Amino acid sequence: MATADQIAAEEFSRIVQSHRPQIFRFLLASTRDVDLAETLTQDCFLKAHRNWGSFRGESSAMTWLMRIAINLQKDHWRNRRMQFWRHTRNNAVDLDEASDWLPSGERSAEQGLLAKEQVGRVWKAVEKLSERQRTVFLLRYVEERDLGEIAASTGLSEGTVKAHLSRALAKVRIELGGKQ
Amino acid sequence: MKQDLGFGKTGISTRGRTGSEAQAEGVARLETDELEPELREALRNFRLSVESWSDAAYSRSRPVMEVHGRRIWRLAAGWALGCALVAGAVSGGVHERHVRQEQARIAAAAQLEKHRLAAEEQAREEEELLARVDSEVSREVPSAMEPLAQLMTGDESQ
Repeated sequence: MATADQIAAEEFSRIVQSHRPQIFRFLLASTRDVDLAETLTQDCFLKAHRNWGSFRGESSAMTWLMRIAINLQKDHWRNRRMQFWRHTRNNAVDLDEASDWLPSGERSAEQGLLAKEQVGRVWKAVEKLSERQRTVFLLRYVEERDLGEIAASTGLSEGTVKAHLSRALAKVRIELGGKQ
Repeated sequence: MKQDLGFGKTGISTRGRTGSEAQAEGVARLETDELEPELREALRNFRLSVESWSDAAYSRSRPVMEVHGRRIWRLAAGWALGCALVAGAVSGGVHERHVRQEQARIAAAAQLEKHRLAAEEQAREEEELLARVDSEVSREVPSAMEPLAQLMTGDESQ
């Protein structure tokens, strides 16, 4: 018969398997740095494992994990500002390289170029967003979370989330050449 | 028991989405549909691009320890370099201070010796001058003046 610890370990293992790719994707989009995203993802699940006992199921596991990931990301940038000598080199890829990634769908060459250009412009707008705006924008339009989940993950009210989203979208519109 | 708190309720599917997350996705799509077609298309392409990049990067798995090990080595090397620089700076400063003190002590001793030699020379010169003056100024009383000298001596005694 399985012990309580074994059951907990199995459940946590399922959590890791099912949510790790999404946490990694969010961190990759936030940092544009594969190595850093991997490191922060590992740290996220390490922290989640340590605090698994305190998880009460009041929010979904994904929301709880996303909150840990957002906090780790904040801590990382804060530490980087304070201890700038630790990382003298920025590993983030440039916007052109990030825009190169497009799924190989049924597109013509012209459509592919247009899509790449659009993606590049969105990346450019995302780069100009504040940290909170960027987090909210990515959670909404990459991770496709609803406002309530974004509010729970970021610790902001839904009204604040809406305001950040609105400002972020306005900047994306400007970058795409549309009206604000 | 902590295992029963929540995770069973989340009902994570094979795609890693819960029921509420799937519902949220529907809401998300609905809200996205309200956006202008061009913006909606751009956001869709952006999401697909990030997913594509993430999938490619995620499948390129690397050992966990390699990353941690590299970070530890980088940290250790940073500390070692920092300690070496601090130790070098401190020992350099101490050595510089010691050298300066030694030079100052030698210079003071040399100055003192110079003063002593100058004083000795001056004293010797004064002695020689006095001796020369004595030899030049002092002379014997001439014999023709001796009676007069005796008289002066006699008057003084009276």
